[in-house]
Amino acid sequence: MTASTTPAPTRGALRRGGGVGALYSGNPQSVIARGFMATKSTNYIVVLTGFFEPIFYLLSLGLGLGSYIGSVDVGGHPIPYAAFIAPGLLAVSAMNGAIYDSTWNVFFKMHFGKLYQGMLATTLGPLDVALGEIVYALIRGGVYAITFMIVMQALGLNLAWTAMLALPAVLLIAFGFASLGMGITSYMKTFQHMDWINFALLPMFLLSATFYPLSVYPVPVQWVIQALPLWQAVDLVRGLTTGVLSWGLLIHVLYFAVMITLGLVFTTRRLRSLFLD
Amino acid sequence: MPSPVIEARDLRKLYKETAAVDSLSFEVAPGESFGLLGPNGAGKSTTMRMVGAVSTRTSGELSILGMDPNENGPDIRAQLGVVPQTDNLDAELRVRENLLVYGRYFGLSRAVVAQRADELLDFAQLSDRAKAKVDDLSGGMKRRLTIARSLINNPRILLLDEPTTGLDPQARHILWDRLFRLKEQGTTLVVTTHYMDEAEQLCDRLVVVDKGMIMAEGAPAALITEYSTREVVELRFGSERNADAAVTLAGVGDRVEVLPDRILIYADDGEAALSEAVRRGLHPITSLVRRSSLEDVFLRLTGRSLIE
Repeated sequence: MTASTTPAPTRGALRRGGGVGALYSGNPQSVIARGFMATKSTNYIVVLTGFFEPIFYLLSLGLGLGSYIGSVDVGGHPIPYAAFIAPGLLAVSAMNGAIYDSTWNVFFKMHFGKLYQGMLATTLGPLDVALGEIVYALIRGGVYAITFMIVMQALGLNLAWTAMLALPAVLLIAFGFASLGMGITSYMKTFQHMDWINFALLPMFLLSATFYPLSVYPVPVQWVIQALPLWQAVDLVRGLTTGVLSWGLLIHVLYFAVMITLGLVFTTRRLRSLFLD
Repeated sequence: MPSPVIEARDLRKLYKETAAVDSLSFEVAPGESFGLLGPNGAGKSTTMRMVGAVSTRTSGELSILGMDPNENGPDIRAQLGVVPQTDNLDAELRVRENLLVYGRYFGLSRAVVAQRADELLDFAQLSDRAKAKVDDLSGGMKRRLTIARSLINNPRILLLDEPTTGLDPQARHILWDRLFRLKEQGTTLVVTTHYMDEAEQLCDRLVVVDKGMIMAEGAPAALITEYSTREVVELRFGSERNADAAVTLAGVGDRVEVLPDRILIYADDGEAALSEAVRRGLHPITSLVRRSSLEDVFLRLTGRSLIE
């Protein structure tokens, strides 16, 4: 080991100016690589559980309960119940995966591991950290989504070729939830605070027309539900896997694009004010 | 003298209304081992964060390796090694992986990082623990791993915030030995501590900080000469009788200090002062003549009351 008198050559340092709070060094891939290494080292069981959960839901509710329900009307087309809720579950699992990674995982890394403190003492900026963590969560979420869609295909629940587009849609949804979730988590100080997140998610999960059509609600309530991100997600994925397309799907895409942008700005600012004051 | 690697002038950091650091000025020369001493809450860690380019100063001037952290934060951090007060190793990764990943954060290539990781494991005497989980390491090993990690980018300056707090004597001595080797190789060390023996072991020069301000500055030996006497006599008479004995001791040595449990006589010749006390008819329960230490300087400058 030798003490060097020349500065360590860093790719990142060349790319950006900026002071203490410089945002980005173009190196989120190092944070992603860390995620893979951690998963390989210790976390693989958590990864497996996230894979099976939505499949169990699909089998029990879709095939079990679905045999009593028959079909549901989507945009004037009758759809078998299992094919109706499968895209809903896909959207929910995208949300849950993203939320889990961006809330509980981030909470631990922030308060117990002090992981981000260590990262931000290097040349990394807060946007590298936020992007790296979120993209890693997306890669994981993407693998879940692919396997779930293979199961859907095997059960004959993908009704149109547009189901292929559900995969990027799910990634978009997960990106939206993860970027906003990470910012919100930065305000959480205790385990009790973390329960509030579940408290907010559960009604959204049950009420966002995941298990039944939106039309069961009176019109004013429909507006409220339509404003929720999970309804936007469910309706987008359902449109794609059932092939009942409308221009409304583009509005959902736009909704998540805005959510991602706001979430990233918010999270990056929070990381900066927490660790680079 | 070559131009300093750290230059702080009237450095100041306000949190809301309170000044954590208040007009601090100091310089650190290349290769020097520089200490920041002070009680808890003196502003040491805040100073370290500003020097580490992760905290923006409120006012004053600061130059690290000729750069202003307000302008070149990441460029400065690229050349610093940071050992924080509490270990923030990545517990989800194994020992060697911690080094690999940290090097990647700096944008170093895989090949460079892999080679450095092996050298540093060797340096930190952790080669046989390369595949261990971080949580299975002892406190001293974790500290050595944190130091190894801080060296992955070949830093020109190493910032150590209370490097041996909470370690047993064996672990502390191993750590001091490693840090001394770094110093021999020319790495500039900046150390905060409230352990006086650590400061005497590691630091060429130090400043004593209290309430965000510098109380004294100099080499450990020079500080002892300036703020204390060569020797100190510690006498115990029992807590009831200390005050009475102090009256009798007036004028012995350079200075007499009465503490709740004992009396300290500061004198250049401790044995002579002790003889004088006995000649005046005092019979202490215990007596001890010792060399003056940095601790005496520290307590004299920062006071004996508990700082919360």
